[in-house]
Amino acid sequence: MYIGYGLVLLGSIFLFLGSLGIYRMPDVYNRLQAGTKATTLGAMSLILGVGFIEPEWLIKTLFIVIFIAIANPLSSHALARAAYRANLTPFMKKKMDAYKSEFHQEKKED
Amino acid sequence: MQSPSFSIGKFLYNWLLMFVVWFGFTSSLAPEELLTGVLVSFIVSLMTIGIFRCCSLDIFLPQKLFYIFKYIFVFIVALFKSNLDVARRVLSPSLPINPGIVEFDTKLTNEFAKMVLANSITLTPGTLSIDLVDNRFYIHWIDVQSEDPEEAHRLIAKNFEDILLKIFK
Repeated sequence: MYIGYGLVLLGSIFLFLGSLGIYRMPDVYNRLQAGTKATTLGAMSLILGVGFIEPEWLIKTLFIVIFIAIANPLSSHALARAAYRANLTPFMKKKMDAYKSEFHQEKKED
Repeated sequence: MQSPSFSIGKFLYNWLLMFVVWFGFTSSLAPEELLTGVLVSFIVSLMTIGIFRCCSLDIFLPQKLFYIFKYIFVFIVALFKSNLDVARRVLSPSLPINPGIVEFDTKLTNEFAKMVLANSITLTPGTLSIDLVDNRFYIHWIDVQSEDPEEAHRLIAKNFEDILLKIFK
């Protein structure tokens, strides 16, 4: 029971930090970084906490947690790739873009 | 990579997996629920058999199960670390980031294993996988420590990849 409340509290703290990250970061890739990690752990521990508070939901919440762990990074990966293809230049202090050459090579082949 | 052809064993495996998911969501032993579950999971597995590409049955060997649990443990530790890392970066007023995109090659050959590795990289501290072309990963790194592919590979993916190599032989 108290484990459940603890997990819900932990989850909401991480979700708050994630949204703060989305507000503070300079470009779409860094925002995705902050957003994905925080929402994955935040939502996972929040939902698992609900499962501990209501024990008959525990198996259901476990399945939802597994689904989030698989689906969340996949969607952020798709968003990052689509953002690069939409020509959103990443914010960089030093120029370090290994993907650029590969990307232009692919474009020429199309 | 396994062939996408239809085989009875693969279909039964898919059906069983779908039924376990159904059972988890309903979590009841009432006969009408179970019967509906058998029917629904049969239909769903008929529809998804063409895209079903999971691991073969030998992942249930005890030695491999040990590595799977080890992987899950390493993964959860990395997930907590990455959240603390995000918290540290977000809360410090100067916003200490030095982003860039690095590349490296992986030794994995199994498609499913590559998918697991890409997802794990996204959830480990400061990295986000952007693209995967054949064996080459492109990673957005929030604090680039090395541009050299070998070094980046060692820093980002080494401990995940070692365990995955043992699971997907």
